[in-house]
Amino acid sequence: MDGIARIGRYTLDLTEQMGRMMLFVLSSFAWLTRPPFRFYQIVKQLNFIGYKSTFVVVLTAVFTGMVLALQGYYTLRKFGSEAVLGSAVALSIIRELGPVLAALMVTARAGSAMTAEIGIMRITEQIDALDTMAINPLQYLIGPKLVASLIAVPLLVALFDVVGIYGGYVVGVQLLNGNEGAYWSSIESAVEWKDVYGGILKSISFGLLISWVCCYKGFHTKHSAEGLGTATTEAVVLSAVLILVWDYFLTSVLL
Amino acid sequence: MIKLVGVEKTLGGQPVLRGVDLTIPAGKLTTIIGRSGEGKSVLLKHIIGLMQPDRGEVWIDGTDIARLKGQALNEVRKKFAMLFQSAALFDSMTVCDNVAFPLREKLRLTGDTVTRRVDEKLAQVGLAGMGHKFPAELSGGMRKRAGLARALVMEPEIILFDEPTTGLDPLMAKSIHDLIVAMHRQFGFTAVMVSHEIPEIFGISDWVAMLKKGRIAEMAPSSEFVKTTDEEIREFIFVGGTFMTKGLPTASL
Ligand SMILES: Nc1ncnc2c1ncn2[C@@H]1O[C@H](COP(=O)(O)OP(=O)(O)OP(=O)(O)O)[C@@H](O)[C@H]1O
Ligand SMILES: [Mg+2]
Repeated sequence: MDGIARIGRYTLDLTEQMGRMMLFVLSSFAWLTRPPFRFYQIVKQLNFIGYKSTFVVVLTAVFTGMVLALQGYYTLRKFGSEAVLGSAVALSIIRELGPVLAALMVTARAGSAMTAEIGIMRITEQIDALDTMAINPLQYLIGPKLVASLIAVPLLVALFDVVGIYGGYVVGVQLLNGNEGAYWSSIESAVEWKDVYGGILKSISFGLLISWVCCYKGFHTKHSAEGLGTATTEAVVLSAVLILVWDYFLTSVLL
Repeated sequence: MIKLVGVEKTLGGQPVLRGVDLTIPAGKLTTIIGRSGEGKSVLLKHIIGLMQPDRGEVWIDGTDIARLKGQALNEVRKKFAMLFQSAALFDSMTVCDNVAFPLREKLRLTGDTVTRRVDEKLAQVGLAGMGHKFPAELSGGMRKRAGLARALVMEPEIILFDEPTTGLDPLMAKSIHDLIVAMHRQFGFTAVMVSHEIPEIFGISDWVAMLKKGRIAEMAPSSEFVKTTDEEIREFIFVGGTFMTKGLPTASL
């Protein structure tokens, strides 16, 4: 009996939390439609989430593409099909690794910083100060981050895809002396619009997910330094897990 | 006029406000005193709707904000400015931008008008030439004064001051008191101040209220308040007496 009660309580808590998160994101978007429009804030966030993540995304992409080509080359050679190396690299990157890895890197770099920034503003009463000035914090703080991340993450994923495929080219063609023409033409023939479209869809939903989870956790930080640490950890872990779960779900629907 | 009726609030499982009845007259300077941790800051947060009571009513000029939310609450808040006990400056902005923030965002002013009003306020709180610094580069007292400038710059109908002089040296504290009184005379806003500056506050406040055990134990015009017969309140406001026995002068009321 006790166990059932506990499960019931846990389920209720979880449902309540999910309801609150839903309300949080919906009201943020609702506030975005009301003037004043925070154009400058959005640009600032685009710079922070997008532009400043390019280095780490490029770095991850290069090595992902390179290692894919390396592994792929030796596997494919067993079957004598090195010619399709390009398509193997490109498809794994465009469909899976690009969106997932770029999103994980953005979570680690920008998401955690978002949670910490908002959390500190909560603890030091800066969010309350906004409230007392009749400025809605969801509109001023959260909305611009949601929009910026919706725009920035797909762009970063696109960058990841291009750089990753080129990284694969460097290893597969330049280093291992593969056939250059085969590399590119196998990509051209294998990659379909559906693959690209799926990748874009994934990256948009990851963009929303990251800023949603990270802003929510920061916004509801408990009043202590410990609370801030917990919020940041929870934000990163929850975002990462949700990205992977949601990725599986989307893949199974899209395939 | 601000009127609290039977306001009760429990925080972290511990009752903080236990039925506060308080009427704050419009256009006057009312000071709330009380022991540390008694709930004075919590009380101020109820007046501006940052916290909502578990039970009771909070009337601001005929609107009960106890259950108000969103846009409706924001409308009422346009009458307010507040100085937080922690100053609550935006640490991503310079002092200048902090003070200019409500002018730009709330009153939608731009350009020279903003600069002029910001410089004027910064000079009044003794921070002339400090505008380019970030809050992290200021001392605690300077932050407090920057927060004060941000609250005063809007010239709203109601200003809440949470310990405006805590952490300031006596001379600076006096000049801040003088500034608040002068601004109050000039603009006639309703001022609610939380302060530990006894006896100074009796010289500048119109009304004084004492918060004790989650209720308003006494509220009276400041000249009346000091004549209170309640032993505990006398003890609280006349601790200065113990100084005398040690041969140190007490400030005169
Ligand atoms: N957000 C909160 N969550 C839980 N408890 C709180 C919260 N804010 C205040 N309290 C509790 O409410 C009580 C009153 O706090 P408050 O800050 O109002 O005291 P105060 O009278 O302003 O004291 P001081 O003169 O030291 O500023 C304290 O016991 C505090 O622990
Ligand atoms: Mg306080």
